[in-house]
Amino acid sequence: MKNLRARVIYWIEHRTGLESAIKNFLYEDIPASSGWHQVFGSVALFLFLLQGFTGVLLSFNYAPTPGESYNSLKFIITELTGGRLIRGLHHWGASLMIVVVFLHMTQVFVYGAYKKPREATWLVGVVLLILTLGFGLTGYLLPWDNRAYWGTIVTTQIASKAPLVGTYVTRLLGGDGTIGVVTFARFFSLHVLLLPAATALLIALHVYLVRKHGVCPSPLDGEATKKFFPEQVFKDTIAIFVAFVILFVMAVIVKVPLEQLADPTDSNYVPRPDWYFLFLFQILKLFEGPLEIVGSVILPGLAFLALLSVPFVDRGDMRRLRQRTLAIGLTFFAALGWTGLTATALLTNPKIESRGGQEGEIIQGWQQLSPAELAGIAYYRDEKCASCHNLTEGTPKVGPNLTTAAIRRSPVWMIEHFKHPSQLVPGTSMPPIHLNDEQLSALAAFLGKLSPTNAEALESAPDNVVQGAVVYQINQCGNCHTANGEGMKVGPALNGLARRRTPEWIEGQIRRPQSHFPESMMPPADLTPRDMERLVAYLLSLPYIKPFSVALTEEVPVPRKTSGEPKLDVGLSPELLL
Amino acid sequence: MNRRTFHLTFIYGLWSLIGIILAIPATIYLLLPPRLRKEREWVEAGNLSQLQPEVPEEWVFRRNRVDGWKVTSERTTAWVLKKKSNQEVVAFGPQCPHLGCAYHWQVRNQTFLCPCHNSTFSIEGEVLTGPSPRALDRYETKIVGEKLFLGAVLSSEEMKS
Repeated sequence: MKNLRARVIYWIEHRTGLESAIKNFLYEDIPASSGWHQVFGSVALFLFLLQGFTGVLLSFNYAPTPGESYNSLKFIITELTGGRLIRGLHHWGASLMIVVVFLHMTQVFVYGAYKKPREATWLVGVVLLILTLGFGLTGYLLPWDNRAYWGTIVTTQIASKAPLVGTYVTRLLGGDGTIGVVTFARFFSLHVLLLPAATALLIALHVYLVRKHGVCPSPLDGEATKKFFPEQVFKDTIAIFVAFVILFVMAVIVKVPLEQLADPTDSNYVPRPDWYFLFLFQILKLFEGPLEIVGSVILPGLAFLALLSVPFVDRGDMRRLRQRTLAIGLTFFAALGWTGLTATALLTNPKIESRGGQEGEIIQGWQQLSPAELAGIAYYRDEKCASCHNLTEGTPKVGPNLTTAAIRRSPVWMIEHFKHPSQLVPGTSMPPIHLNDEQLSALAAFLGKLSPTNAEALESAPDNVVQGAVVYQINQCGNCHTANGEGMKVGPALNGLARRRTPEWIEGQIRRPQSHFPESMMPPADLTPRDMERLVAYLLSLPYIKPFSVALTEEVPVPRKTSGEPKLDVGLSPELLL
Repeated sequence: MNRRTFHLTFIYGLWSLIGIILAIPATIYLLLPPRLRKEREWVEAGNLSQLQPEVPEEWVFRRNRVDGWKVTSERTTAWVLKKKSNQEVVAFGPQCPHLGCAYHWQVRNQTFLCPCHNSTFSIEGEVLTGPSPRALDRYETKIVGEKLFLGAVLSSEEMKS
């Protein structure tokens, strides 16, 4: 048996030279001072390979087009066993890779390992850093949820503002300020074809250069050496294993968000980049008006050039670690600056403080539904759908759980099914729902909005508010007013009414509009006291939305939405009409 | 255990562990079917009143198919046959049980012929000649009034059980 093994190894070695190549690689001499501080490069390489592995697995079930991509990702995390874990590994792997790459770079910088003759190794490393960030940037769009969409809008807009090349960069990214199929295809292609190939090539070059010049020794080493295998490989393995365990635990414990499907009309959304880009985002806020390119292009560009020039500026002899006070000081201040900027960005995040609302006001999930969807909840309750269907986990009922069933059905199908249940699902025990088309479509709209994550929040909508939405729908208030982005703009938008008006004022306005504004063309509505109370409760529940123009100067240069219907703006201010 | 063996044990041990921890979820992810609740869907295929007894007819109808993250409504066919003897209705699945080709009814020979590898089947779906391993598969059927509803396509063994 032993003989056979030796013969097989001999055969392979004789035909390919593989064994001697591996031995050559493993038994290379490294400086005696090598140790734990040099493990980060190996960890980064491991994480890169792991990203490739999980990335390929994800791509097996992923449709790289807008919209479809969202559905397929949802399929991966909700319907495939292990899908959530694999996406978690890929998502957090990206973050961990950034951390490890920075640790690796910091170690090289602090030890001065980039000095002659290792300048080229450093330069390749800096390019690899940029590529790693490029992975983060392009991968961010691929889930095609709100976060992805709005985050990338901002990114591409920044790129378009670059002096001289801006327009060309925009064109290259397939856009004219909007994001659609072309931009998506290019980001996807960059993320899975160009960047991995370029990174793999440069890693090979990087490792080749490390081998060519040998691992950087300490000035104290002299001629003393040791072997790479097994002692250093042991340390690398331990470090890789620790990183892997951290990553695995994060992937299992920390849920990776998948927000709503990208909605270009969601003017309430606060876009934020991933955590490792937050410092850049914060720098942007410091420069206003024409100075903006300082933050968006000039400073990052200078930082990149500074990194590239490091080995050419610091050209002295190798020093011991304790003599490199300047390098350590610089690293310290860079870390401090980064932490400060990131922390400021996190603390001033309006999403946490008050997402467009009053101080401490929390906007519930149901408050963001359109009037029709909210009215759908009322019909859902009136028709006692819950006696046969579940929205949350619980003891199974006769009918299917609607949070999972609705995803697969179109509104047209649902409405037809409500009218004649047994025609579409023969043998069902569901009775037909006797509502008119408009009411059924409201019910279908609500069910279409349902997902396992939001069901509880939507179910908690107060009864008088959902009934108020029904009154709103019946009286066709949406023909003139906008509520949560739905409806026309003849009259003023109704969001945030609670901030401007009292319940009595609103009631008066509905009964006799001309009593407040003689010029108003709003028709009076004669409602029963109960309907009036419900309608007012509904109107007051509409959350305040920060006007976009304010967000534009205060927060981040987000473009106004570019798609959607033409506005019917009659040019009257809300105060004038209301 | 000397230092070198200690190192080697850890290196091989930890890498094997990483490999296993990754391989298990990856295998499950790739091989386990999606966690879908299999809804038995009955689709109306057509009206039986126009059907001639003992004459197989090809019916084209639409049915929904869950395809990964999509539900597609697609056209599919069934060879429907009303028997003279007991008024029983049989609906054969659209594919030859051999390698999945489409087959058709030959009026002249009174057989179903699969043109791919020349399997022929009787009007009852039994194999007459050719490489087909079993008789034609059949749809589950349900008749409401004059309407024929079709369910899943099952092989004759599955039909019995």
